[in-house]
Amino acid sequence: MKVLSSLVLGLVMALASPVAAQERSGPLRIEITQGVIEPVPIAVAPFLAENTAASDFARQITAVVASDLVGTGLFRDVPKNAYISQVSDFNGAVAYPDWKAINVEALVTGAVTLTSDNRLVVKFRLFDIFTGAPLGEGLQFAGGTDSWRRVAHKVADQVYGRITGETGYFDSRVVYVEETGPKNARAKRLAIMDYDGANIQYLTDASSIVLAPRFSPTGDRVLFTSYESGFPQIYELAVGTVTKRALQVDAAAMTFAPRYAPNGQTVLYSRSEGGNTDIYRLDLASGQRARLTSAPSIETAPSFSPDGSQIVFESDRSGNQQLYVMPAGGGEAKRISFGQGRYGTPVWSPRGDFIAFTKQNAGRFHIGVMRTDGSNERLLTASFLDEGPTWAPNGRVLMFTRESAGAAGEPALFSVDISGRNLKRLAMPTAASDPAWSPLLP
Amino acid sequence: MTNLKLAVAATALVALGACTSADRFGPGSGGAASGGFGADGGIAGSVNDPTSPAFFNETIGDRVLFAVDQSTLSPEAQAVLDQQAVWLTQNGAYRALIEGHADEQGTTDYNLALGARRASAVQNYLISRGVAPNRLQTISYGKERPIQICSDETCYSQNRRSVTVITAGAGV
Repeated sequence: MKVLSSLVLGLVMALASPVAAQERSGPLRIEITQGVIEPVPIAVAPFLAENTAASDFARQITAVVASDLVGTGLFRDVPKNAYISQVSDFNGAVAYPDWKAINVEALVTGAVTLTSDNRLVVKFRLFDIFTGAPLGEGLQFAGGTDSWRRVAHKVADQVYGRITGETGYFDSRVVYVEETGPKNARAKRLAIMDYDGANIQYLTDASSIVLAPRFSPTGDRVLFTSYESGFPQIYELAVGTVTKRALQVDAAAMTFAPRYAPNGQTVLYSRSEGGNTDIYRLDLASGQRARLTSAPSIETAPSFSPDGSQIVFESDRSGNQQLYVMPAGGGEAKRISFGQGRYGTPVWSPRGDFIAFTKQNAGRFHIGVMRTDGSNERLLTASFLDEGPTWAPNGRVLMFTRESAGAAGEPALFSVDISGRNLKRLAMPTAASDPAWSPLLP
Repeated sequence: MTNLKLAVAATALVALGACTSADRFGPGSGGAASGGFGADGGIAGSVNDPTSPAFFNETIGDRVLFAVDQSTLSPEAQAVLDQQAVWLTQNGAYRALIEGHADEQGTTDYNLALGARRASAVQNYLISRGVAPNRLQTISYGKERPIQICSDETCYSQNRRSVTVITAGAGV
């Protein structure tokens, strides 16, 4: 337990001071230098197939669990050919010295059964090799064979949670805009996928421009902007049935940049009339609207705090784009961004501790985070064009759009830790933009 | 002469196929890359006919350009819009959809709002020059429809634009 609790401590320290080098005693050492951490070696032993029909699932589930954990950048999966002892009995004793000898710090074991009614039952255990004891109870998940990936993600979420003390984020989805065609005639359509790029499904066709989808707090609905009527208007789509409806908040004016309140019943959006853009609130049940800002400047990109009491948004009232916070009902706004450059697309962390944003400065784009009062600004990325961060359900990872420059330039989805570590591009079959991360699935 | 008419008709067919709406003349910039000022020429009559949308698109100029982050109309832009206003007041059978566009150096939401500001600046100017408000509509495309696709100022300056797209009909 000692080792793994010091890992938890290490993570917390990493978040607080991303570039400070850390030295600690004992076998576990996390060095954070220039935002790089040494991944902790773990072993995800091949999950056992408890009947023959389960063997393919066992192999695939093992691979997804390992991929989830390694994908965080926090762990390294020790190769199977380095194992001294094999796990051949899910209930058998763990040969701790054999794992310690190859420097494994945590061992994940599992077993998969395919029942006669075609359901997968997946059991797993997690062991702390240094202390020679299980870490938490063994756990069992069951689901249909078509949900084997979700079961694997749930196992990985448990492992991640027990080792880091944070909630996992693997059993989640991302809605985004797929982009095809040349830069001056891009076709866009809404798509949804697992957080890791698997199981892509299309939600709209490519007949009109669609922008900036946003999940409801329960993940079952999506708000987005579409040019389907000929003019930009906001729509709501039910993910389960893939049915959409125009919110018809205003046929006479352009509406865009919608986002749900934490209650899922209130929607914030921007409305442009006569060239002036302000922020409005819509109650979905009653259809009642309220204007929250009233200024000749551009007010857009609103996002609620997770307790629903405040709204962060961007405005160019000072002369260029900056971030402001106002009460949920509107009223006096307080500027929170004061660094060099322009700030946009603020998004409140689901944990309430940070606001992520896009920053433009000196011809470069950055994804950054700051405390909700604007202090402790940290830039996590830099490129020709990084834009539109969205939070993982645990508030510890951001996904965003990175677009390459030039005539052949196109966007792709990237993710990065809020410490600035583990920047990576999602492997996807087409260009993609505007990701929105769902809450953790039920 | 007969041959010439045939050629014009053929061009019209091709151009209609590429148009986003049937009552729209000229390529505008909401659709596929047309390369600019009335590349599809004959669709809306002859450039030599001052009452034609083709004349509007190519001789007067259907677009004006903006500085970075700005919606202010330059003297050059005002000169183009003065002529657009004259044409619109003299050709009452048409109305106009004013598209506002931004270059790619900015966030999606902000660029949508900025495009709306640019389209509105043009709309207000045309109204101030005597065009009836009910003949003018605006739309913003933000950075969704660049006309030039390189990533430097030579392209950006062409993309920061408003385009006055002539459509059929006397007003709404």
